[in-house]
Amino acid sequence: MMAKRVGMEVSVAIGEAAKMANVDVVAAYPITPQTHIVEHLAELVADGELDAEYIPVESEHSAMSACLGSSAAGARTFTATAGQGLELMHEVLYVASSMRLPIVMTVANRALSAPLSVWGDHSDAMAVRDTGWIQLFTENGQEVVDNVLCAFRIAEDQRVLLPVMVHLDGFHLSHMIEPILLPEVEAVKRFIPPLKYPFPLDPLKPVSMGDFGPPFIYSEAKWAQEVKLREAKDVVVECWQEFGKQFQRHYSPVEEYRSEGADVLLLTMGSYSETAAAAIDKVRAEGKNIGLVRLRLWRPFPFAELRQKVSQARVLIVLDRALSIGGPVGPVCSEIRSALYGQAKQPKVVSIVGGLGGRDISVAGFEAIISRGIKVAEKGSRNEFEIFGVRE
Amino acid sequence: MVDINQLVEIRWHGRGGQGAVTSAELLARAAIDEGKYAQAFPSFGPERRGAPVLSFVRVDSQQPIRTRAGIQEPDVVVVLDTTLLAITKITAGLKADGMVVINTRKPVKELRQEFGINCPLATVDATTIAREVLGIPITNTTMLGALVKATGIVKLESLEEPLKQRFGRLAERNIAAMKKAYQETSVKE
Repeated sequence: MMAKRVGMEVSVAIGEAAKMANVDVVAAYPITPQTHIVEHLAELVADGELDAEYIPVESEHSAMSACLGSSAAGARTFTATAGQGLELMHEVLYVASSMRLPIVMTVANRALSAPLSVWGDHSDAMAVRDTGWIQLFTENGQEVVDNVLCAFRIAEDQRVLLPVMVHLDGFHLSHMIEPILLPEVEAVKRFIPPLKYPFPLDPLKPVSMGDFGPPFIYSEAKWAQEVKLREAKDVVVECWQEFGKQFQRHYSPVEEYRSEGADVLLLTMGSYSETAAAAIDKVRAEGKNIGLVRLRLWRPFPFAELRQKVSQARVLIVLDRALSIGGPVGPVCSEIRSALYGQAKQPKVVSIVGGLGGRDISVAGFEAIISRGIKVAEKGSRNEFEIFGVRE
Repeated sequence: MVDINQLVEIRWHGRGGQGAVTSAELLARAAIDEGKYAQAFPSFGPERRGAPVLSFVRVDSQQPIRTRAGIQEPDVVVVLDTTLLAITKITAGLKADGMVVINTRKPVKELRQEFGINCPLATVDATTIAREVLGIPITNTTMLGALVKATGIVKLESLEEPLKQRFGRLAERNIAAMKKAYQETSVKE
């Protein structure tokens, strides 16, 4: 029987994806806009539809700490969080990656306080940029489901053994009811082989994990981690290719939309990319040579792919949904500039920040961002970057 | 009139607890079951029982929907609670050829005079129907019947399965309330 698209809330679909991946342990603490994900998983466990341990903890710090333990014991481990919750986990995130624990976590991206905001932006994601996790961004519900499945396969690959964060925009994705095609369970089973963690905690075969790292070994441990995270890129790409073969939906580290040979490029991440694509259609219809580039793989950063896709353009406008307060430009733009620095051919890179704390950007808004970006590239601006639509 | 072959944007006005979010979800699911593209979402953020709330639906029979921004210029506005008319400008941003579907006992002429509603208008006494059929004055499923009568956005039958999944043993009565409202809704240009 052909699988059918059904209307469901994206958060519920994520719970279903974790169920299809047959997770062993979910340790989580509810926080808006992520709550529906773990609420659904708690329900699946309580109803006996998912044979897993659901650990209701007292904070996100505990959630990730419990995930460390279960993953180290060799159990397939999943959690979800958002915003302040991700911040409360912060120190434990480093432990998960440096102990090489293949935990999968969805983050319903949310702004950071104060002022208190439950709404979406990428501040939380940017704050955990250097935690050593593989990080993927998604644009719609289907992409979230597909990439949660891929995340388990990537994380647990013996060449990788690193935790993976799947970012989805809070509310704009997490709370959306939309058409989603859930793959068949048998196909998912074939796609994600059983977890074989090489050194699981076992009283009969004791191992030490996350032990003291005195000065004579700390640098080496960190370098090993750096090398592994960089090498993981090939496995991520390989996984997406395999997913494409089996499920006919295709993903890559840097994706394009009508960008070939474009004079001006807009770069986005996350769900606003679809609205941006609609804006590109409009400006293309007016005969303008403008395209879109979407960054899907945030860590490890896809240097070669990015350079190849943007260096021929004259102007590159980067939309950030977060700030690096007092720093150079938006955090994504900063990295793009760094990736292009010293390249023989490179576009003029303009930083625009927008969509902070859940503020919508319409199709017309993206058109305005594009024209403003072109103007800044040509005439300069008195600021290092601009916040689109901000009332000064 | 609302052209259901184009992208249709619907804004629901209700009060927290009346099921505006659920109606939006059920409608989107019915449209998706018909093979259309649709999305439904609440007004993002914290909500309180009894306070005015919004929910949104987009339906496109032709192509995937690419915008997730809140609906500022709806084609259709559905009002679950009559008392909202006095405190909210429910026609705010309504497209020139848009329409309004209201749960009310008031005659259309009076509504037009009192609230300056000049567009096509569909009315039904959903509260009375809900009280009679469901035993409670929750009008979300009832107003789905009114919306379908007014716009034909989905087939009435397409809502039955989503209602069954959502309400279980209470589904039958909700379907009956929806059908009764469909029959009793009157549409005025």
